[in-house]
Amino acid sequence: MATLLAFPILGALAVLQTSLVSRVPLLLGTPDLMLLVIAAWALQKKVETAWQWTVVAGVLATLSSALPIGVAFVSYGIATGLALLLRQRIWQAPVLAMFLVILTGTLVFHGLSIVALRLVGDPIPVLEALNLVTLPSLLLNLLLAAPTFYLIADLASWLYPAEVEV
Amino acid sequence: MNTTSSRPIQTIVFVLVALGLILLALGGYLSPVSRFLLNPIVSAQTWITQRYQFIQDFLSAPQDISRLRQRNQELEAEVARLQSQVIELQQQLVETNILSALVDFARANPENRYQAAAVIGYDTSPFLKYVFINRGSDDGLRRGMPVVTQQGLVGRIAAVTANAARVQLITDPASTVNVRLDPSGAQAVLKGQLTGDLLLDMVPQEADLQVGDLVLTSGLGGGYPANILIGQVSGIRSRDQDLFKRATLQSVVDFTQLEIVLVITNFRPLDTAPLVPEEGTP
Repeated sequence: MATLLAFPILGALAVLQTSLVSRVPLLLGTPDLMLLVIAAWALQKKVETAWQWTVVAGVLATLSSALPIGVAFVSYGIATGLALLLRQRIWQAPVLAMFLVILTGTLVFHGLSIVALRLVGDPIPVLEALNLVTLPSLLLNLLLAAPTFYLIADLASWLYPAEVEV
Repeated sequence: MNTTSSRPIQTIVFVLVALGLILLALGGYLSPVSRFLLNPIVSAQTWITQRYQFIQDFLSAPQDISRLRQRNQELEAEVARLQSQVIELQQQLVETNILSALVDFARANPENRYQAAAVIGYDTSPFLKYVFINRGSDDGLRRGMPVVTQQGLVGRIAAVTANAARVQLITDPASTVNVRLDPSGAQAVLKGQLTGDLLLDMVPQEADLQVGDLVLTSGLGGGYPANILIGQVSGIRSRDQDLFKRATLQSVVDFTQLEIVLVITNFRPLDTAPLVPEEGTP
């Protein structure tokens, strides 16, 4: 059930990202809705389908971008791995872990994108990319991190209701 | 006897008095008297009528209010429906204008065959300048086909699926287009930038480059058909020690407002890769 739910949710986010979010950048940066959702999902205590959601997000991100194949998979994979690691350690303030995962995930995604594009012969100027793309994207992702986390927490508590001792 | 003879006289006197009164009234001589007599009557009539109307309103008001509320809801629903209809029609008008301009462009360039397509999305990576269109290989689209609007060159198809395609815009950092300057005729290379700007590179130093010069595709390299308008030179960067001049370009196409584009379907890009000598070969 939780895995199947990834398809409509992440699919809708991919559509939203291509049709709307990518059209309204801050400087040249845009928020990464799928990164936000998979990070928030992986940080929920009872969730056991974080990797499945990551794969679905990776497939959708690869289909909706001309970035070299693998960049999205690796970036989302690192973000999910970090989220799962932090979930076990920072269990009293998971929203702080969310900020840390988003910060790392955004920097990793953009860093890998620049490296991969340069490897395939696309000369992205690093400093310009950092100033105009990465920092604005990071700001937008961090602004959306907390609302996304609580929305996904609601979804998780709906899917995995708390057990009541009788 | 007296009674019967006096009756006609009474009648005549009565008629004469009545006529006199009417004449006096018509002459305005009885106004003070009539006002004195009629004012209390009019006041009383007004007071009774007002009370009657008040009571009638009081008794019939609940029915009116519920009817008015229902009518108000109906009218509000009608207004909302008409507003959405207006928005829809405005959208259709915009699309019709765009299509009309595209048809004019296609008529002005009859040597090409075109397939119109709507832009349905932008690349999710902010490092890349690609758009998605709603036509694919089922509609005859192939990789490498040029994409234009009525204003000028947009880019070329980079990937195709059955019913969609990804178009690399000329503003993409990896995009290069061989161009010709008008009127000087000099050849140059147009490169996309991360910022979405266009940079004209490899302009020979001896070329007479001026701000406002037109930039068109040259057709060299076989990537694009010749003579498609791209934009105008907006600034020149030239230093004596450089081998080539550089210039910035103002594109004729607004890449942030792309809605409908035309794919030139009868153009096949040339694959020049086999003609490029490999390193180490004589």
